[in-house]
Amino acid sequence: MAAKTILDKLAVLSDAAKYDASCASSGSEKRKAGKTTGIGSTQGMGICHAYAPDGRCISLLKILLTNFCVFDCAYCVNRSSSNVERARFTPEEVVRLTLDFYKRNYIEGLFLSSGIIRDSDYTMEQLVRVAALLREEHDFRGYIHLKAIPGASDDLIDAAGRYADRLSVNVELPTDESVERFAPEKKPAVIRQAMGALRTRIEANEDLKKAKAKVRRFAPAGQSTQMIVGADDTTDATILERSANLYGSYQLKRVYFSAFSPIPDASSALPLLKPPMMREHRLYQADWLMRFYGFDRKEIVDGAPGGMLDLTVDPKLAWALSTRDRFPVDINRADRETLLRVPGLGVKSVDRLIASRRWTTLRLADLGRIVKSLDAVRPFVVAADWHPGSALDRLDLKAKLAPSPEQLSLF
Amino acid sequence: MVTVRLAHETDFAGFRHAARRLAAHAVPPADVVWRVGEAAGDLLSADEPLPPPIAAERELRVPRLFVPLAEAVVCHSSPDRFALLYRILTRFFVEPRLLQIATDPDVSAARRMEKSIGRDVHKMHAFVRFRAVPTDEGERFVAWFEPEHFIEERAAPFFRDRFAPMHWTILTPRVAIVWDTETLAFGPGGRREDVPGEDATEDLWRTYYANIFNPARLKVKAMTAEMPKKYWRNLPEAALIPSLIAGAERRAAGMIAAAPTLPPAYHDRIRIRDGERIEAMADTEATDLDRVREEAAGCRRCPLYANATQTVFGEGPQAADVMFVGEQPGDREDLVGRPFVGPAGQVFDEAVTEAGIDRARCYVTNAVKHFKFEPRGKRRLHKKPNGGEIEACRWWLAKEITLVQPRLIVGLGGTALQSLLDRPVKITEMRGQFLEFRDGLTVFATVHPSFLLRLPDPEMKRLERARFVDDLKRVAERIAEMAA
Repeated sequence: MAAKTILDKLAVLSDAAKYDASCASSGSEKRKAGKTTGIGSTQGMGICHAYAPDGRCISLLKILLTNFCVFDCAYCVNRSSSNVERARFTPEEVVRLTLDFYKRNYIEGLFLSSGIIRDSDYTMEQLVRVAALLREEHDFRGYIHLKAIPGASDDLIDAAGRYADRLSVNVELPTDESVERFAPEKKPAVIRQAMGALRTRIEANEDLKKAKAKVRRFAPAGQSTQMIVGADDTTDATILERSANLYGSYQLKRVYFSAFSPIPDASSALPLLKPPMMREHRLYQADWLMRFYGFDRKEIVDGAPGGMLDLTVDPKLAWALSTRDRFPVDINRADRETLLRVPGLGVKSVDRLIASRRWTTLRLADLGRIVKSLDAVRPFVVAADWHPGSALDRLDLKAKLAPSPEQLSLF
Repeated sequence: MVTVRLAHETDFAGFRHAARRLAAHAVPPADVVWRVGEAAGDLLSADEPLPPPIAAERELRVPRLFVPLAEAVVCHSSPDRFALLYRILTRFFVEPRLLQIATDPDVSAARRMEKSIGRDVHKMHAFVRFRAVPTDEGERFVAWFEPEHFIEERAAPFFRDRFAPMHWTILTPRVAIVWDTETLAFGPGGRREDVPGEDATEDLWRTYYANIFNPARLKVKAMTAEMPKKYWRNLPEAALIPSLIAGAERRAAGMIAAAPTLPPAYHDRIRIRDGERIEAMADTEATDLDRVREEAAGCRRCPLYANATQTVFGEGPQAADVMFVGEQPGDREDLVGRPFVGPAGQVFDEAVTEAGIDRARCYVTNAVKHFKFEPRGKRRLHKKPNGGEIEACRWWLAKEITLVQPRLIVGLGGTALQSLLDRPVKITEMRGQFLEFRDGLTVFATVHPSFLLRLPDPEMKRLERARFVDDLKRVAERIAEMAA
């Protein structure tokens, strides 16, 4: 068998990496390139350099160092029992690819993960080596996201956080029972301990800042995690409870939901279905309502039959339709908290609306200039020249407001 | 009708000069025509020049926020942009707060233009694709780009800050941006043909693009919303899009329909190795307490394990005479995996030391071994364990007592005592008493150190802390008696 070229390896190891939802390059410290060496910059806001036809942002070179893996997680394309093609990059090859792509402005940086080879420490050491080469040999100043391997030693995690902007440990599935069922070699408590250890180090950054120490901060873009949705039978209510607990416990920048997607050479333990993408979308919306709109989890899931969110309308609209007595809301008088609960009004629109109404009385047309869709808002608000009348009581209001079913996938 | 001729498309200085003059003369917006470049076709139109300078011009004040807004709007490709800005400027005389009214038609139009400028700049940062050209002095990087608006000057500093050590040129139909590692220069625009058509790295990039795409998640609209087709012709990867879309359905359906395969030999080798390792582990000797601790790490006797990080088991010498039992681990203990290391642990340590007790010689544990909390945004609020949880966890506490065989147990707070005595108790009634628990084992009751942390009044806190230390001093006396 002929040795694999870089192109062959790249094909295998990017295919193997695509089930990690995150491609974010945001939230780090600000950096600029050096004068003679040291390409790269970060500016807080990430950049998506391309979009794939799955609608996902391509911001980083997201690859595995190797897709050989000693674990046999049923949902994973790289599990040891799969017959997918295997490959392994050398650290130097990853460095070369990263720099070549970066110089051509294809990417913001590198997101490097790996199958578990030998043990946690050996795997983590390999990842750290790539980051060390990039930062120290090449003075690379772009974004680096590394996977933190649960169970890896403290020294390796310290080094990883010194080089990387972001670290992540995936909780994989929403409950411990599911992790044990589908990822028998993974220990949920060890995963959480790894996240706890990252949180402790990330919080120590604040002390560094106070002391104005000239030490590089540990993972300045924080940590994130991901859970697969739809591989097991966990309800949305439980998933949202889980994500709220994770946000509270580990200072996470993001909890990603990843709709369980068909993979090549799947395990018979986990039959493939088309990925529940609308469900994934609704979970993100619900998560957003809890984090930025002042909603309590119970308000969102209490009206959800069987603990599952309504797929036909977004969770804010679903809540509004089930609490119609709280509407209409007067856009010239209502407080911020109340306005944030109006379907079709986002945080920005609400802030603009509040700033504007200090100087003028708002009419419906005024509102129309700062919202995406006036049709979505109209039934729920009162303006100087508008009252929805009995529209709110109409039984077909939901049908009128629900988006026409969109073709989300082709089969 | 006054006609203003601006030097070029983004001539902000020229606009400012003319606008101030016109506003000072109170020329109505409807009487001004804004043009860019030399007069060409409309020589016959009756151009009226700018009126002469007057003193009022110097007095003209605009809201601070107007300048950055105008600087952005000037870069927009709409021919109406200067008229819009001048109209807003004249309205400031009667509506000084105008910019704060986002719902105003002029303001919202200007803000929309500003937003499209921001977006266009962002897309230029995202979609410029350099091609490497080898030269005698090293690699040079060249890109061709077609922005929607006149944004090259606004977008350029980003490339300087990112690629400072590289020599690069970005060519657009209007401008050439040239960086020689020292200065940023702007020259006349060019044509697509001026940029080399090949770079071998593009094959690697296309391979990456094709393979990072998940055909089971096809969502073309989401892609085109963020990467509109107008940009595609300058993106090397975009040529693959039609075939990726066309093949997606078949590939996804193929994955679902495929029959399961037999695992490769590699898998079987690993599983055999794992089996050997597990057997080897089973052979290792562990003292009893260590084995119980290991069992407890996987405890699911109550639902608290699901959200806590880990089981926080007791620690201390197995031969300890004294055992301290608290309520449950807190936020810090949950992360670290050790009892009494958080704020309450600090209070405990200080008080114990003051009372003359050596913590290292005591066994310290909790009635409940998982942290019970309620998430509040980015924090966790402590929640008291209920009877069922205390009951479920007594299993472990009982094992610890059996193995350590202490002669004195100090119950810190109601939960600890409830677990030890197997009934709900009032700490106020039991505090300070030595209770014969069973033969050779005494239980002493006091408060939990977190009680001291919760007291809002400093004086009260001082008194209660002194009481707590007094309690511990009695424990210290008892320890001395036991040793005698």
